[in-house]
Amino acid sequence: MSALRIAVDRDACCGSGNCVMTVPQVFDQDEELGLVVLLDPEPPAERHAAVRQAAHICPAGAIDLTES
Amino acid sequence: MMRHSKMLQGGPTLTTTEATPKSFPPPPPAGPRPNPAPEAAIERVLLPTGTQAWLVTRHDDVRQLLRSPDFSADFTAPGFPVLRRVPPPDPKRSAGLFIRMDAPDHTFFRRMLTSEFMIKNMRTLEPLIRQTVVGALDSLTAAGQPADLVEHFALPVPSMVICHLLGVPYADHAFFQNRSRTLLAWSTPPEEAQAAADDLRAYLERLIDVKVAEPGDDLVSRLATERLATGEITRDELVGLSLLLLIAGHETTANMIGLSALVLLQHPEQLRELRDDPALIDDTVEELLRYLTIVRQGLPRVAVRDTVVGDHEIKAGEGVIALLSAANFDAEVFAAAEEFDLHRGSHSHVAFGFGVHQCLGQPLARSELRIALAELTQRLPDLALAVDPSEVEYRDAVIYGVRRLPVTW
Repeated sequence: MSALRIAVDRDACCGSGNCVMTVPQVFDQDEELGLVVLLDPEPPAERHAAVRQAAHICPAGAIDLTES
Repeated sequence: MMRHSKMLQGGPTLTTTEATPKSFPPPPPAGPRPNPAPEAAIERVLLPTGTQAWLVTRHDDVRQLLRSPDFSADFTAPGFPVLRRVPPPDPKRSAGLFIRMDAPDHTFFRRMLTSEFMIKNMRTLEPLIRQTVVGALDSLTAAGQPADLVEHFALPVPSMVICHLLGVPYADHAFFQNRSRTLLAWSTPPEEAQAAADDLRAYLERLIDVKVAEPGDDLVSRLATERLATGEITRDELVGLSLLLLIAGHETTANMIGLSALVLLQHPEQLRELRDDPALIDDTVEELLRYLTIVRQGLPRVAVRDTVVGDHEIKAGEGVIALLSAANFDAEVFAAAEEFDLHRGSHSHVAFGFGVHQCLGQPLARSELRIALAELTQRLPDLALAVDPSEVEYRDAVIYGVRRLPVTW
């Protein structure tokens, strides 16, 4: 079964919240700056499609995926 | 002309002859949706100011360009493609207007505001949005049939909500709505647009004085006590930030609500589906955002170094326009893009822009649109246009919309 590893770049993040809207189980935003917080760096397979969508629509390109 | 420009691209011997570029923007369409997307992926266009720019139309290219650090959003940068003549730069008037800034200044201001508009904070605001929506629907139905959906519903709902968030008294809505509309209309001469913005700035300066003296539980008060009082931002910057939020906060959503109601009424089967299954509202709103793309003239940028968009070279100092409406109708991404289809999965639309400038208030916009359109369709199941669709008047403004939408129910 394929694994998906997520890395987020808080310096690049612009806080659009698209990832939180798409997969709230995996992404959150912190209270102070509203920047991305990664809740689950290796989410289960059933969330992979949504995570790929979140990475694709991230306006700042702040979500990096490694598939193996 | 299209064939001619294709020949130019294909034939290097002809490249010394420049075809006359098309004028941009084209006349507004006589309907809710944007003009058809240009055929060319990238083409030179002539702006009303007499300068030329590259019009970028493909979804992939628009995304790449808006994410690229090779382009600047600074209106004062050399070569910036402005659509209408702008008065000379004035630091007082441009302070805090971070939509026109690049990193690191843009980042500094945006991060001050990001958490205010994030999804979890919008969730706590939703009961107030719903109450506002229901109140506006009551006032619409009390007005008697036919009534103008814009005046009684589409405009007051986002105005009331942004007033609540910012701490602006809603009693002043006639004033700020009037000045915003003047400022955003293409037909307004530059001096008059500047006077409208100055009126709004003077108003916000007085408001900031009030918030400094008596802070409330609102965004302007928080910025006044946490950022202005600490010297982190200047008073002019706070005025600029408040101005942006006030205008963006009511104009965009108001226009989306009016146009969305019209589009849903023109697609009765999908409207019925939505009414029968309220869970479809999220997909409906995303498709409306794509299909309507109310920032019709796209987003202007200037190249700060030689770069490439798609397979097209852009030189430093050349202006580009990312045509969001064309990207949102790119057939490579959205099959049968001309059709309104709430089931298509529209999530990759760029109606809010793309890159680090992407709309800061999009969680608020989505909450407002979802609640407003859900309540409108559920509570007024017999909603209908009171005029022929051909009689609906559109606003020729920076943000597209309908002037009035007479309805019965």
